[in-house]
Amino acid sequence: MRFALTDDQITLRDAVGDLLAAECPPAVVRAAWPGGDQEPVDRLWTALAEMGVLAAMVPESAGGLGLTEVDLVPVLTAAGYAAVPLPLAETAAVAGPLLAALDDPGGHLAALTEGRCRIALAGPTALVPYGQRADLALSTHGPDGPRLIRLAAATTAPVPTVDGSRAALRLVDQTAAGPSAGTRLDIGDDLLALTADRATLAAAAHLVGLGRRLLDLTVAHVGTRHQFGAPIGSFQAVKHQLADALLGLELAAPMVLAAAWATATGAATRAADVSAGYLLAADAAERAARVALQCHGAIGYTVEYDLHLYAKRVWATTAATAGTDAHLDRLGTALGLPAATTDPGGRP
Amino acid sequence: MDLRPDPVDEQFRAEARDWLRTHRPARPLPSGDTRDGFAAHLDWERQLFDAGWAVVSWPRRYGGREASLWQWLIFEEEYAAAGAPQRVTQNGIFLLAPTLFEFGTDEQRDRILPAMAAASQLWCQGWSEPGAGSDLAALTSRAVRDEAAGGWRLTGHKTWTTRGAFCTHLFGLFRTDPQQRRHRGLSYFLVPLDAPGVTVRGFGRFDGDEGFADVFLDDVFVPDADVIGEVGAGWRVAMATTGSERGLTLRPPGRFTAAAARLVELAAARPDRLTGRLREQVVRAWLGARAYHLFTLAQVTRMLDGDPPGAASSLNKIHWSELDIALHRTALELLGPDAELDAGWTRGFQFSLAGPIYAGTNEIQRGIVAERLLGLPRR
Repeated sequence: MRFALTDDQITLRDAVGDLLAAECPPAVVRAAWPGGDQEPVDRLWTALAEMGVLAAMVPESAGGLGLTEVDLVPVLTAAGYAAVPLPLAETAAVAGPLLAALDDPGGHLAALTEGRCRIALAGPTALVPYGQRADLALSTHGPDGPRLIRLAAATTAPVPTVDGSRAALRLVDQTAAGPSAGTRLDIGDDLLALTADRATLAAAAHLVGLGRRLLDLTVAHVGTRHQFGAPIGSFQAVKHQLADALLGLELAAPMVLAAAWATATGAATRAADVSAGYLLAADAAERAARVALQCHGAIGYTVEYDLHLYAKRVWATTAATAGTDAHLDRLGTALGLPAATTDPGGRP
Repeated sequence: MDLRPDPVDEQFRAEARDWLRTHRPARPLPSGDTRDGFAAHLDWERQLFDAGWAVVSWPRRYGGREASLWQWLIFEEEYAAAGAPQRVTQNGIFLLAPTLFEFGTDEQRDRILPAMAAASQLWCQGWSEPGAGSDLAALTSRAVRDEAAGGWRLTGHKTWTTRGAFCTHLFGLFRTDPQQRRHRGLSYFLVPLDAPGVTVRGFGRFDGDEGFADVFLDDVFVPDADVIGEVGAGWRVAMATTGSERGLTLRPPGRFTAAAARLVELAAARPDRLTGRLREQVVRAWLGARAYHLFTLAQVTRMLDGDPPGAASSLNKIHWSELDIALHRTALELLGPDAELDAGWTRGFQFSLAGPIYAGTNEIQRGIVAERLLGLPRR
């Protein structure tokens, strides 16, 4: 038993963290909003590709790094901390290993590992976050089964979302898109479930990083902002909110890492652990966002200030992931709990 | 990173499980916070000691089996899962003993630890005072130097002393230098409760058990041999103990994973009452216990790498105390009208309400987290 990252895992995480601190400061997240300059956003993708991050979970035989979820989750947490405005998790943690497992249908893997191909995920309502910034959309909800859709050939419409840096679009009519729009994917049930769990795990890792960024931003603010003749961070009411935000994140992080381990090792507890990690991470990140806004006061409630970049990403990320109820239900079933009753007994 | 259990540890687990399932009392003992229940618990604890399970992580010379930190966690898991009785010796074993290991002399360790492990010396904690509570630095009980006798004369009033009326000894903080303010000038003393000048008065807790005591000290003599650590350094010694109290040693995760498993069983047995809201509460309570378990595994790995938990134990304390209430509150809802019975989950619920208060209130813990882990400014 050893519950700690290896030196290699720490080295990779820190290298990506350093890269993101340099290439993905708040100004770059801001540039990803509509009307911004796309150049630094594209440069960020190239830098991530050069580090091998995009192909982290592609086997070495296919030109990747051959790493596992345990290696990638700390990287995705760092990406969440930076609010990377690109389909990084979708490409690296979900589509990459899936395409590799399917023997590269459509022949996109080489482009993916070289950073010439970005793959976004289509949700159940055909909404594709990062779709405007992606080449392909992986859809597992479409009417004719899982597909890899070439976005340039599909009928799509850009849509405004709460987090403008997600540059989302909607697939207008997936059936009418026709065969030219993409490739049908023959995914077995087990691989489909694994793919869904990887997407959830990636979201959980992002949320832990986002929560930590919001907390750090707030700690820095309340240490310098004075009211009533003292830094507001010295007030007990402020301290207690931030302590609770930290507690949530500190409890969620090991659960998410354990879920990564369960996924990487094919443990029987995978489904329960992934749901558990997601539930804790989502709660912790949402709490951090609320606390961050409250402790900033009106300063935080502006688009000039950076807080909204990270808070809105929290809400967008949780919206795009299968809801809280679904994960609670799955965990309850894994625990052997009967379905909920609508007619509580015990009344006199 | 490797979350697979070590085969040697699993062997230890199997051995502990086997012994506990065979030897645990067939029926639940009466509350250890009553006089009769305390005596019944001591019988059990002596059985534990005779079989070598009383203090698994201690050196053999003091009655332990030198189990690793992992194995100690495993033992606590198995102990809770077997439904074995709460340890009434816990304040000595989990709070004083770590302090003796760190700050005691060889003579003190040899004299006290074997007797503590064998449940013949029974220790209670003498920290709280009516005017202090979680503000330990406000203690006023004092110790005056008696040079001729080679010791100290203690006077004061300790209160809310858990199982004080049934214990034989008390460890506590007393002010040795009245010129020094707050946390300076305190020293850590050991006091036999049958010493001349000691008066102990038991009184009922919130849940009705006579588990609390006032301890009045009137010019009680304590020799130099019963000072732990340096005179005047009591605060530092005590803080090491509060870390144990808030963190792992007093409340390892096995207790909560076992309670969560029982809650899940209760819910599965009462499908008629399991509304969506209660089902969610059950799942979240289980999740809280699982998260604490994993948080602890990561913490233990760091400790074995040489990084003590320090202020992080305040995070443990806030989490397990609030989790404990949530677990019990959910069970009461599943029980429905039977939750009114003064038994089982209802008793546990009442006790869980003390969790955010003892070992330093959760308000104090949040302050520690904010200042020492987040670096927020002091007032």
